[in-house]
Amino acid sequence: MLNFLLKRIAAIIPTLFFVSVLIFGLQQLLPGDPAIAMAGEERDPNVIAYLRGKFHLDDPLPVRYWYWVSGVFHGDLGDSVRIQKPVVELIGEKLPVTIELAVLAMTIALTIGISAGIVSAVLKDTKWDYAANIFALWGLSTPNFWLGILLILLFAVKLGWLPASGYVSPFEDLKANLAAMIMPAFVLGNAIAAVLMRHTRSAMLQVLSSDYVRTARAKGLDERVVVLRHALRNALIPIVTLGALQFGELLGGAVLTEQVFSIPGFGKLIVDAVFNRDYSVVQGVVLFTATAYITLNLLADIAYFAINPRMRA
Amino acid sequence: MAAIAIPVPAAPRELTPARRALKRLARRRGAMAGLALVAFFVAIALLAPWISPYDPLATSWSAVRKAPSMAHWFGTDDIGRDVLARVVWGARASLLAGLVSVGIALCVGVPIGLAAGYVGGWTDMLISRVTDAMLACPFLILAIALAAFLGPSLTNAMIAIGIAATPIFIRLTRGQVLAVKVEDYIEAARAVGNSHLRIALRHVLPNIVAPLIVQATLAIAAAVIAEASLSFLGLGQQPPAPSWGSMLNIAKNYVENAPWMAVWPGMSIFLLVLSFNLLGDGLRDALDPRHG
Repeated sequence: MLNFLLKRIAAIIPTLFFVSVLIFGLQQLLPGDPAIAMAGEERDPNVIAYLRGKFHLDDPLPVRYWYWVSGVFHGDLGDSVRIQKPVVELIGEKLPVTIELAVLAMTIALTIGISAGIVSAVLKDTKWDYAANIFALWGLSTPNFWLGILLILLFAVKLGWLPASGYVSPFEDLKANLAAMIMPAFVLGNAIAAVLMRHTRSAMLQVLSSDYVRTARAKGLDERVVVLRHALRNALIPIVTLGALQFGELLGGAVLTEQVFSIPGFGKLIVDAVFNRDYSVVQGVVLFTATAYITLNLLADIAYFAINPRMRA
Repeated sequence: MAAIAIPVPAAPRELTPARRALKRLARRRGAMAGLALVAFFVAIALLAPWISPYDPLATSWSAVRKAPSMAHWFGTDDIGRDVLARVVWGARASLLAGLVSVGIALCVGVPIGLAAGYVGGWTDMLISRVTDAMLACPFLILAIALAAFLGPSLTNAMIAIGIAATPIFIRLTRGQVLAVKVEDYIEAARAVGNSHLRIALRHVLPNIVAPLIVQATLAIAAAVIAEASLSFLGLGQQPPAPSWGSMLNIAKNYVENAPWMAVWPGMSIFLLVLSFNLLGDGLRDALDPRHG
């Protein structure tokens, strides 16, 4: 186990290095002089001079990269030009909101996706199977910002059951928080549920045709026990890895969902930063997301190793 | 003695793998429905100047946010523009973004993946690590960041989506090349003295095309959604040019008073993405040798 862990951690070091190079390189895409681009429309010479000094723009690229990455190692992702706050602090403020949204969305996705996948596999080629497959195609093809608008139209405008937008902290009012988060969480979880459904169905079909499931049936076990205890436990092993991979997609999807529902989270932070030419924030958010994604993948691999006895053999 | 003519049954015509795959594809109703829908949207995009009922940019202050009627089948928007005309013209931006960005990803990703898989060693290691790094950034966040630094426009959005989609093609091509390059026919091609470049292009590449076609079709669906997402955020097609994503961006402010402004562009994105997903699923089944 320790050997596997060390090898896996060693493998992510070069990936993290290239992620940092890639994100640092984003700044080079700015047309013309980055200091002028970052200084905004006023192009104040003092601001330009300050930015040239701050980002070491007169130094060669490798030196500039070294300054930038040294700052990252010390937890310094730069300051927001607009809000005049360190980027790390801004991410820390917005992250809990997005994490709550992502956890709720993942709960919805797992519940719908795995249940639909099981039903679809067990009742293969029946109307339930077709319905689950149509649901998956719907989930994969619906832009989540459009689904969000349609849900607002139905549940907020027509029925008046839920608030159209906004956010209330769960520590202030849990009921109001859940009422505000249920629609965005469903919108975000919908596409992930479709992916999970397809994978669960395919894994379950493979497991249900295996010898040990046939043996379990031959022993006279109840079909529910065969499906849930014998088949599902093995079929779920690859879903663990998939779940971690989809978490990265959740962070991407959150950008649009938060925009539609005016949720002050991580996604809204990057969109506001883009429109205010707050490039340090954009870089900080991408770096944070990529690192979180790599870490989640590592954790998923460890979980996969831990729960799959064949990996340890 | 009269010779006896023995009837010889005609040998069945040998079908090429491509024809076999096409026959299998034609049997799949979902894929055919997808293909028909794609053809429908392509026709709309090409014929936009002739079939559009109004100028998509023409505003009319006497027809602001009018509900669907005989004069305006899909209603009008916040400044009196015909929604149907904008949906018809918007098909161009969506299809163009889907095709161009996936074209960029293919043109960049396939040669790099081919080099990584065929050459191996340090080249492979370096390319694989860079690919891993790009895949670690969620697709949409990377596209948003690239579009932000490149500047908002449809062209830059297509470049951003193309770059963000490239690592998938690098990884897929590399994996396929690794599987194919150990085959006997590659060994034979090497034994008769073919150059590495010729082997890679003439013997390896044609044998990995099938999974690339499937991935490209599904990637077009993802690119259409990505373009709509970037335009929705204001980073893609710039107003007043019509795009389904930017139409939804405006529509979200008028959900209560003019829901039709949101319904039609969203439905168009959904149908176009659905059609490429159906076609991609059908192609995957048809091109998979296990279905032979």
